[in-house]
Amino acid sequence: MPPILEVQNLVKKYGDFTAVKGISFDIQEGEIFSLLGPNGAGKTTTISMLSTLYEPTGGEAVVGGHSVTKDPMAVRNLIGVVPQELALYEDLTARENLVFWGQMYNLGGSRLKSRVDEILEQIGLADKAKDRVKTYSGGMKRRVNIGVGLLHKPRLLFMDEPTVGIDPQSRRAILDTVKDLNKQGMTVLYTTHYMEEAQELSDRVGIIDHGELIALGTQKDLTRQVGETETLILHLGENDDPQALAAALNNVHGVIKAEPTDGEVSVICPEAEDVLAAVVTAANERGIKIRSIDIREPNLEAVFLHLTGRALRD
Amino acid sequence: MTKLLLIGLKDLKLAFRDRAALILMLLAPFLLTLGLGFVTGRFSGGSGGISEIPVVIVNLDGEQLGDALVDVFKSDDLSELVTLTEADDPEAARRLIDEDEAAAAILIPEGFTQSIMPSAEQFAGGNAADPVKIEVYANPSRPTSAGIVKAIVDEFASRVEEGRITGMTAVTQMIVTGRLAPQDAEAAGQAMGERLAESPGTGLGIALNTNTASGETNDFDVLAYMAPGMALMFLMFTTSYGGRSLLAERSQGTLPRLLVSPTSTAQVLGGKVMGIFFTGAAQLFILIGASTLFFQLKWGDPLGVIALVLAAVFAATGWGMLITAIARTPAQVGNLGSAIMLIFGIMGGSFIQLEALPEVVQWFSKITPNAWGLDGFTTLALGNSLAHLGRPLLALTIMGAVLFTIAVIVFNRKGIMQK
Repeated sequence: MPPILEVQNLVKKYGDFTAVKGISFDIQEGEIFSLLGPNGAGKTTTISMLSTLYEPTGGEAVVGGHSVTKDPMAVRNLIGVVPQELALYEDLTARENLVFWGQMYNLGGSRLKSRVDEILEQIGLADKAKDRVKTYSGGMKRRVNIGVGLLHKPRLLFMDEPTVGIDPQSRRAILDTVKDLNKQGMTVLYTTHYMEEAQELSDRVGIIDHGELIALGTQKDLTRQVGETETLILHLGENDDPQALAAALNNVHGVIKAEPTDGEVSVICPEAEDVLAAVVTAANERGIKIRSIDIREPNLEAVFLHLTGRALRD
Repeated sequence: MTKLLLIGLKDLKLAFRDRAALILMLLAPFLLTLGLGFVTGRFSGGSGGISEIPVVIVNLDGEQLGDALVDVFKSDDLSELVTLTEADDPEAARRLIDEDEAAAAILIPEGFTQSIMPSAEQFAGGNAADPVKIEVYANPSRPTSAGIVKAIVDEFASRVEEGRITGMTAVTQMIVTGRLAPQDAEAAGQAMGERLAESPGTGLGIALNTNTASGETNDFDVLAYMAPGMALMFLMFTTSYGGRSLLAERSQGTLPRLLVSPTSTAQVLGGKVMGIFFTGAAQLFILIGASTLFFQLKWGDPLGVIALVLAAVFAATGWGMLITAIARTPAQVGNLGSAIMLIFGIMGGSFIQLEALPEVVQWFSKITPNAWGLDGFTTLALGNSLAHLGRPLLALTIMGAVLFTIAVIVFNRKGIMQK
């Protein structure tokens, strides 16, 4: 079975700046594929090209056998898009928004009405359907934003950082919705800069940084790249200098790499137990107070750190 | 086409849910009209309309056409609207205006009739004399009354000009076909002119249509000038508000979302234009309905009113789109739109009658939907019908079409609809 999405050497340039530098990947029908990368990595630009919003400067992308550049209208009928920013009419009610957007996707009559009712049930807003969107909480708005993308039952759903800026409860509801949709057979391309979301949802992950796809595969494939390592996260005191400690720890025997972040130091090592005493001693010698230590198994954060030398949130 | 309508209707709904916009679209023009009505004494009793406008007329011509114009002002139709004083000295007449004793002086120069009805020699030589012009010396402190007098004289002049061209053509045709000898042309022209001048009623076919269908006298209501003036001024707000919504949709993400749905760029842009048009038309029809209901204002021939509203909204929508194309942000559209609303309001005669403004402003007013719209609404209020709206309707339609073309070119250059 051919992939539902095939991306070949996709490029987007703005003058001298290249936002996306020739990325290639494909997505099989029924998959959840995550594009994981920090802010400004090129995730939204990539989704914008795949959803026919931006014209690529080079390369090609094919959705369900239709080229995004040569046959954009056919592509638009196959895809649903949940943009990062809320794209709703706040002076319309949730129902009015869904009806309008359904009409834009060529739905009408009883089919439109039943789909709107189904979506309102699905996003849990059936009892608030007649309220104007501007009266909703951020999480409720996000749910309507997602509902709009599902109205016409797209074969491929693009979700661009749908959990940015919302409370943990709403985030949990959105992640559960994505999993439910996938169970029902919908293919999802999900972008995020939250490693945990990519880990929880994805069949496969593409790691993107500075417009380049630097790693691609299942989570197992990717963590294998880091080797059998563990990561120590050292939480420091308010006035302590993570950079000074990281520099010192990079000279400790058994430490592969130590990276400072905001109030923390990440230490990659083969066995945490082997370096723990040396790490604490190095901190004490410099008068740095370690408030707590987390030990983590290999994960996508470690992969990103390993590949780029930076943490995802940098 | 369906999506155009759906987008347009969505924008109409959104506009009517925006309280701040509603205040400027409907409440402000309604209250300003009400206020102006009180200031002008429209609501302080009597018929409420303008009547007994003091007019001075100086007829130095003394022949058929000059006498016909005097007869127009003496006619029964205008007996309640105008109080006529005849004078012999143009300077004395002007002084009466300068001293605010009358609203306007009509000065019919010597040789006016001769200049309209050429002699046999002029026909034979193939060159007619330039028509001598009637002067209306208007009182700037009584712009509405003076405007009405000028409108009557303009109507007379236009009928005379029409008659002159028709007569010249007929006589020339008769000479060319040999049915009239060149030496008899003057006599034939004179006879035609006399027949025209002696035609029944108000003479020269100057039917001011001052009678309503029921035969009641229909005084020119000052609100029939002010209400459309205010409505047209705030129509410019509505169209710039609509244009602003296009840029707002871009920044709030709904425009990109529309552009990734199976909806073409042309449908999205067309839908937005439709939304502005629907909103502007709804605004004007509501204001017209409200002023008819609350002020008993007679707007005139309903078909003419509908045609004029649609044409004025079309032209104003063109301005709205052009402002949107030029501006970069919704805030810029708002600021630019407000400035243009006021400038067009002043230039287009919404506050001060056009005749009272300097000639250069009157010339520039032709670029405003306000001036043409007011021209049309005044024509209708004076009792004319859709058939008399040719000029304003044509001008507004051309204005709209030209502005749309420029706006689309600027849109494409700036890539506003590209994502």
